[in-house]
Amino acid sequence: MAHNVNFDLTAQHMEAGLESPADEEGVHDSFNQLIEDQRQEAFELQELQRDLDEEERDSVAYLSSPGREMWRGSQGRGEEEEEEGRQLDPLIEERWSSATLKVLSSMPSRTIGRSRGAIISQYYNKTMKLRRRRQSRPSIKDFSRSARPSIRGYGMESDCMETEGVDEEGRKRDQLVNNLQNLSLSDRVRMLRAMPLSVAEKSELRRLAGRKGQRSNHSQIPCCSQLKYHIIIALRQSWYSCLSFLHSLQLWQVALKRVSGRFGTGVLSYFLFVKTLLFFNIFLFLVTGLFLALPQAVHPPTLTQGHEAFSGLELLTGGGYFSDSVMYYGYYSNSTLYKDCRVTSSSMDQQPSPSVSRRTMETDCGVKLSYNMPLAYFFTIGVAFFITCIILVYSMSKSFGQSFRIDKSHGILAMKVFCSWDFKVIKKTSVKLRSENICTQLRELLEETSRKHVQKTVCQRTGRVLVHVLAWFICIGSTVACVLALYYFSEYMHKDLQYRSRIPTKDPLLKEASLLALPVVVSLINLLLPGLFNATAWMEEYDSPSVNTYVAISRNLMLKVSVLVVLCFHWLGRIASDPHSIGLQCWESFVGQELYRFLLMDFIFTILDTCFGEFLWRLFSQRVLKRKRKPVFDISRNVLELIYGQTLAWLGVLFTPLLPAVQIIKLLLLFYMKQTSVMMNCQSPRKPYRASQMSTIFITLLCCPSFLGAAVCVSYTMWSIRPSESCGPFRSLSTMFQSGKLWVKELETHNPNLAWLAWAHSYIVENPLFLFLAAGIFLIVIYFNTQVVDGQRKIISLLQEQIENEGEDKKFLITRLQAIHQQKRPLSPRRLTSQASQDSNS
Amino acid sequence: MGTTASQLGKDLLSEYQELTFLTKQEILLAHKRFSELLSKEDRNLTSVPMEKVLSLPELKSNPFRKRICHVFSTSDMKDGSLTFEDFLDLLSAFSDSATLEIKSHYAFRIFDFDDDGTLDGGDLEKLVNCLTGETEDTRLTPEEMRQLISNILEESDIDKDGTVNLSEFQHVISRSPDFVSSFKIVL
Repeated sequence: MAHNVNFDLTAQHMEAGLESPADEEGVHDSFNQLIEDQRQEAFELQELQRDLDEEERDSVAYLSSPGREMWRGSQGRGEEEEEEGRQLDPLIEERWSSATLKVLSSMPSRTIGRSRGAIISQYYNKTMKLRRRRQSRPSIKDFSRSARPSIRGYGMESDCMETEGVDEEGRKRDQLVNNLQNLSLSDRVRMLRAMPLSVAEKSELRRLAGRKGQRSNHSQIPCCSQLKYHIIIALRQSWYSCLSFLHSLQLWQVALKRVSGRFGTGVLSYFLFVKTLLFFNIFLFLVTGLFLALPQAVHPPTLTQGHEAFSGLELLTGGGYFSDSVMYYGYYSNSTLYKDCRVTSSSMDQQPSPSVSRRTMETDCGVKLSYNMPLAYFFTIGVAFFITCIILVYSMSKSFGQSFRIDKSHGILAMKVFCSWDFKVIKKTSVKLRSENICTQLRELLEETSRKHVQKTVCQRTGRVLVHVLAWFICIGSTVACVLALYYFSEYMHKDLQYRSRIPTKDPLLKEASLLALPVVVSLINLLLPGLFNATAWMEEYDSPSVNTYVAISRNLMLKVSVLVVLCFHWLGRIASDPHSIGLQCWESFVGQELYRFLLMDFIFTILDTCFGEFLWRLFSQRVLKRKRKPVFDISRNVLELIYGQTLAWLGVLFTPLLPAVQIIKLLLLFYMKQTSVMMNCQSPRKPYRASQMSTIFITLLCCPSFLGAAVCVSYTMWSIRPSESCGPFRSLSTMFQSGKLWVKELETHNPNLAWLAWAHSYIVENPLFLFLAAGIFLIVIYFNTQVVDGQRKIISLLQEQIENEGEDKKFLITRLQAIHQQKRPLSPRRLTSQASQDSNS
Repeated sequence: MGTTASQLGKDLLSEYQELTFLTKQEILLAHKRFSELLSKEDRNLTSVPMEKVLSLPELKSNPFRKRICHVFSTSDMKDGSLTFEDFLDLLSAFSDSATLEIKSHYAFRIFDFDDDGTLDGGDLEKLVNCLTGETEDTRLTPEEMRQLISNILEESDIDKDGTVNLSEFQHVISRSPDFVSSFKIVL
């Protein structure tokens, strides 16, 4: 006991001695930090000492948590495993005395998750770090003033306080408040919000920090900066209210909640993807609608032939009544639109080039608001694609950063147990299903880890490989067959069209309807082949569900890409190269109509698929097969269908500026249809679904083959295909790209100061060298980044090694502590029995 | 604090907005739902007993519902009753915009069944039992459980002291990107 008192005194003394520099030069908070750490250690030693004494007093109380006992109970069954387990984690196997257990439980690493004081001290250190970082632009004056009183206050407090724990916490809190005061307002709010404390404690901290802060503010801050603060606060508050308004606007919140409550994150990711696509299309529609369709609709060109009558078939084919409307490329004029000018584009059709016509017009109406349609068309499409590209790349990189960490070490079981519960699921049956799933998954994983070493026989493995080869052969073969069939069919349809254009047909409706054949065939292929792929995947029996999903995605992707390649060749190679052979005045409008048809057919077939594939199949399997299970919503296939549709929409924007509007309607309908279908017909998926990694892959697919392919096609069309001569904004130009060129040239002649623009244009846009340079720099940046990631991986492994070493040290120290403790006091009876049992064990 | 009044004060509302990850609408909705939980006669009480909180459809079938109440309750009786502020705390931790750090902190405390600051074998066993449900056929056998727990410890216990502490837990969580999206409760 005497020793204890002594120790206490020295500790007190040490604290007092160390405190003085902090009092004198409060600015050096690095000292403060050091002192903090040392004091913590001193405090812990003290605590330890007291624990030891306490234990001597009541050594009967065995302070082991009930959980640990239970755990040992289950352990007791496998007696032969005990030896192996002991080597694995000796700290839990040894029977510690209560003192050691107390030390163990008061270790800082364990208190953080439990006590409020530890949280406060952790955040104290955090604010300290933040403050030190901000210290580069010092405000020593403020700091010393506000820092001092609280430390002094602590000195007074510590004398009169009785219990060390409360004192410690109070002091820590004071310091935390003190640090919070010295943070900027936004930092303080962020810090407070991120603290895992209750609202009451946080508001107390905030009040304290605010009160002291205000006092110093009023005394020091001049009136103008106070005004500034007020303005900033007002601005921030209005920004918050604006944000919360936007938040309240969130689309489909209730519907999404219902879906996630029943199916969890996996199926939710499909609907979120629909939402993302919807926003892309709304953006595209706004841009094209505002800059192209609206100005053109306000200044309609005079049509050479009158409107065709509305027959109803147009809704499917997109032709007829719609063909000479603002929807298609052909309707747009190649002139400059003027406000208050009576001149329409038809009078300028004879003019050789738009630039000449523009100048003549200007002399007519003086300087008025003018709108150069070809240029607007060119730049609107270009800018829309560019911005879409930036948004896509940004969201892709963000999602990559979130879902793929550089740390490669695996901990599947731990991850499964800690992270697999979806707190959003609230439906009782879904919860039950989910627990069943988790149970089977855990069993499978356990089996896998124990089976990992068991090798399969050569026979089994070759059989496996053969099955895979066969499956891939079937898939690739069927894809190639379908693509070839599509190629010849489209050629046949093309010939048929040529034939029909030569002889005037009696029935124009029949001609229109025959145009629907190709989209129907393509959609049929898209509907039926994935079913075949699913069947082969079922035959293959992949071990891990993720491999299964990846294989399914790659097969579906292969099919869709090759179909789109054939279609692009059909449109840009066959139709655009020789439009007169099929009697077309305006091939761009025709391609636009084709894209409209494809988009619509895709939608109709999705409806059919939902109806027959999900609804009727559910009825069939429940009524006829008497199965209780409902079909499972195939996320990857549905998402790939969405991506396919979006590719069509992007391809078509150039030819059909209002195609995004069609896509918007389609997506809206699709959302409600799929939602009802999912709620009615499906059950939550049995397989685990790594939603965030999947959504990363989906957004990557949306960016890489889909958007990139569409962009390549569109730019190819703009750069090197000759536009039609009698319609559209680019008539009488050799390529669409020339409109930009002409504009630059004109700008140069009008305004010599802008000559650099022409220069930049000719060197940067037209010269391939620049492209090569940009690509080279891009590659170099990627290379550097991969190197950095590599280095970080090495550092991580080093750090892991270090932690393990420190764990070893900790174990060593604790066993030493235990040994010394045992030497110091006579063995208690309980201890003796436990040792005896250990002896008998060994 | 006037939490049971039918209307929240304006400055109280802005304070809650500042201290939690919730937006104004969410706080108002939370208040509405919370005052619905208080029946007519106990309007003057400030806290709702645990049984009432557990009757919320969002929590009703959650296997961790009792732990959630205990973790977020600030009542001295340790009976898991929630005041409005505790309720806000709960929603804030489970909200969309809460950080990974705060989510993982509370997840750790929810999973720490004996409140001793680390996840030891007993905690893990209870956790797995919660995940797999209470029925006999979904429960793991003792042998499976033992193997599972030793595997989990081997994977996540970096310093090899036989338990998973908060930082080790957060390390595991940080590798699972799905955690943030699944650790959510929406009113």
